[in-house]
Amino acid sequence: MILSYYPGCTLKTKAQDLDLYARKSAEVLGVTMEELEEWQCCGAVYPMASDEIATKLSAVRALENAKEKGQDLLTLCSACHHVIKRVNHDMQTNADMQMKVNNYLQLDEPYTGETKVVHYLEMLRDLVGFDKIKEKVVNPLKGKKIAAYYGCLLLRPSDVLQFDNPENPSIMEDFIRSIGATPVETPYRNECCGGYVSMENKKLAQKKVDLIISSAMEKGAEMIITACPLCMYNLDANSTEHKLPIVYFTELLAEALGVK
Amino acid sequence: MQKIGVFICHCGTNIAATVDVEAVTEAIKNEPGVVYAANYQYMCSENGQALIKNAIAEYGLTGVVVCSCSPRMHEATFRKAAQEAGLNPYMVEIANIREHCSWIHKDKVEATEKAIILARAAIAKVHLNAPLISGQSDVTKRALVIGGGIAGIQTALDIAEAGFEVDIVEKSPTIGGKMAQLDKTFPTLDCAACILTPKMVDAKSNDKITLYTYSEVESVKGFVGNFEVSIRKKARYVNTDLCTGCGECTTKCPSRKAKSEFNMGLMNRGAIYIPFAQAIPNVATIDPQYCIHMKTGKCGLCEKVCSAHAIDFKQQDEIVEQKYGAIVMATGFNLINLDQFDEFGYSKYPDVVTSLEFERLMNAAGPTEGTLLRPSNHEHPHTLVFVQCVGSRDTSGCGKPYCSKICCMYTAKHAMLVRDKYPDTEVYVFYIDVRTPGKNFDEFYRRAVEQYGVHYIKGMVGKVTDKDGKLIVQGSDLLENKQLKIEADMVVLAAAVEPDPSARSVASMLTASIDTNDFMTEAHAKLRPVESPTAGIFLSGMAQGPKDIPETVSQASACAAKVIGLLAKDHLVNNPCVAQSNELRCNGCSNCEKVCPYGAISYIEKEVNDHGVREVRRIAQVNEAVCQGCGACTVTCPSGAMDLKGFSTNQIMAEVDAICR
Repeated sequence: MILSYYPGCTLKTKAQDLDLYARKSAEVLGVTMEELEEWQCCGAVYPMASDEIATKLSAVRALENAKEKGQDLLTLCSACHHVIKRVNHDMQTNADMQMKVNNYLQLDEPYTGETKVVHYLEMLRDLVGFDKIKEKVVNPLKGKKIAAYYGCLLLRPSDVLQFDNPENPSIMEDFIRSIGATPVETPYRNECCGGYVSMENKKLAQKKVDLIISSAMEKGAEMIITACPLCMYNLDANSTEHKLPIVYFTELLAEALGVK
Repeated sequence: MQKIGVFICHCGTNIAATVDVEAVTEAIKNEPGVVYAANYQYMCSENGQALIKNAIAEYGLTGVVVCSCSPRMHEATFRKAAQEAGLNPYMVEIANIREHCSWIHKDKVEATEKAIILARAAIAKVHLNAPLISGQSDVTKRALVIGGGIAGIQTALDIAEAGFEVDIVEKSPTIGGKMAQLDKTFPTLDCAACILTPKMVDAKSNDKITLYTYSEVESVKGFVGNFEVSIRKKARYVNTDLCTGCGECTTKCPSRKAKSEFNMGLMNRGAIYIPFAQAIPNVATIDPQYCIHMKTGKCGLCEKVCSAHAIDFKQQDEIVEQKYGAIVMATGFNLINLDQFDEFGYSKYPDVVTSLEFERLMNAAGPTEGTLLRPSNHEHPHTLVFVQCVGSRDTSGCGKPYCSKICCMYTAKHAMLVRDKYPDTEVYVFYIDVRTPGKNFDEFYRRAVEQYGVHYIKGMVGKVTDKDGKLIVQGSDLLENKQLKIEADMVVLAAAVEPDPSARSVASMLTASIDTNDFMTEAHAKLRPVESPTAGIFLSGMAQGPKDIPETVSQASACAAKVIGLLAKDHLVNNPCVAQSNELRCNGCSNCEKVCPYGAISYIEKEVNDHGVREVRRIAQVNEAVCQGCGACTVTCPSGAMDLKGFSTNQIMAEVDAICR
């Protein structure tokens, strides 16, 4: 199975672990991640302005590159996934934007949202299958109690992202089970971590983080996994009461598959 | 050449504000055949009708065109007026310049042009109209009521009271519906069972009423006055003639896995069960999905303990065929599924319940015998949070766009009853708006707030979580502009109502229309609210839209009045706009017979004279009493032999020509 891969800036700097272990694990699972040759920053935040297209062009370029190769586009960073998936949805449904973008890009054939955007977790669930992962696990993380933290970017807006039930998601819990560990469900796993306001209102970010971490601890979690570099930073930097190890889900996957 | 009068209605400003009615009058004055044209403010009023009648007499009109609202609104009015003036009513045509023109256009010049074109089309059609004479059909003096809740019961009782036979078909083993599950009823707080169960008994003992419980409508054929219905009586595996309802079998049944429907799954029932003590009919039913004997051949305990020898494991479904003059849709409602509302934790926390479950938890005949206990640990709750509008007035797509209408009142009732019975409790109600229009309704709500000290909070709950065995309710108080966190023992969700899932399939069997929310559509939202646009189909209760018990009962009686009006007639005047077959063109292919939804077409061998050649041919024949004039045959006929009186191909082509002129 070969997929085009869009890593994004953060995975080349702060979040190198997320990327490294994803690649190693994919190899074991028989998935080839072909990094796009010339990708640009996705923009990091989905631009809400409806009357300009410049901020959405880089996402369309990545989508178009995957289309040319006839491959699905694999993403890993929550923010990149969020932006690229939403821009793709715009290209499928917003005729005005379709026209403007294609007029600007002057592609051989207009891009109208043909590429399928797949997050690494979706790839594990839908293309590989959690049962298959179970078979490949050589080092099951038996007895480890792990809380999944989804954050907001993967789940919402749910009609566009179509990732999981936004109020009661289960994909990361299923993932935890597949590597032999025990999922701990916390009620705040789908709440915003406050990462976006941590510069502006540090107190609020700290309050959100403490709530998430203390609730995970009360339920007996030993660590928290995430797919989002911003959540990772925020959960670690802004916790004031308790500390729990925060790790990327790919790191645990690599550990279970014996390639860490 | 016809002598045609054209009458243009202003409909107040409905038409006149967008269509220049004077210009239309001027423009069609000189159309061929038009000998009189006039406009008037309200053509449907007495004066307007007089205008038409006088013109018919004065100018000897042979055809009339009224440019007004939809023919569904006033075609009958104008036909009647013409008839009174001595004209055949089918010489009247309506040009719909309101719904099809003024209401949907803004530009007066364009709308006026369109109105003129529509008028010309109608004039062109009238030129080819011929007088039609209506036939008659008989009326079967028996009504069918689908649904045995309070709506169906009331409608049936009222119809029976007038002396007509009426059958109730109810899909569950007992009549009574949702009302039977309620504890007390607002705004008087009388116990639901005390006012409902006598009515259930009345329905059973009335010799004009036949109950088909645990039964479903299988198919419907025919038309107003002459419906042919098959009813499937599902096998109960209990002989209802022998069963005495003693309940011995239900207590002895060792299978205890089935959830009690009556108690909203809050307790289990046996595989053989009587839904509740006051069930009508008071007989047992075996649920084959859970019956050990029916699954494995073992057990059979019920058979052994039944002294009446009523158990019959070999019983089969039974089909009953019956004829009816009228059919009432009283299929009722359900609460929506809360899968889309996981933020409230309904699927996760047993102490988060729906309002209907809460009714059972407060009810003396419920799983806790009327003592309010937390489902999780059977302890007394101290703090309760009620959340209104769960899925109602929801435009996100997860819920329903409409207001469920009953939740504000029953939540006030719940809150008041809890505070009354357990003064040590704190009760909070989250609301978007409190809507309490109705006799003594707002007074009732105020009592909850002022007398019983219920904390009403304007705002919505965002999340329900758990901590140390308590529910943490996170919500916003919009008036104080702050976020709240309430530690609660129970959360009660006022889930939106929706039509019963059976409504859709039953409606399609009846060819009765439903709206985007699956509620039945009325023939007219204001003026014919208890009739379906399909003749002979009537609407009762929640099937038509959200309503409380007083309103349901009023509507059920209104519905009965309409049914009685129909059944009181010995004959119905048929629509003369029926299909007819041209014997010489018919090639006997049978296509029309196959598409006719009413079975009105048959084939006969007949000698015809085709331009001097006499031969016996197989030709189509239309039974005019059965044909409903739908026109399916006319478009199916490959040789153009089928035509519809009043809507002939020639007439329609003339209209098209006039529009394209």
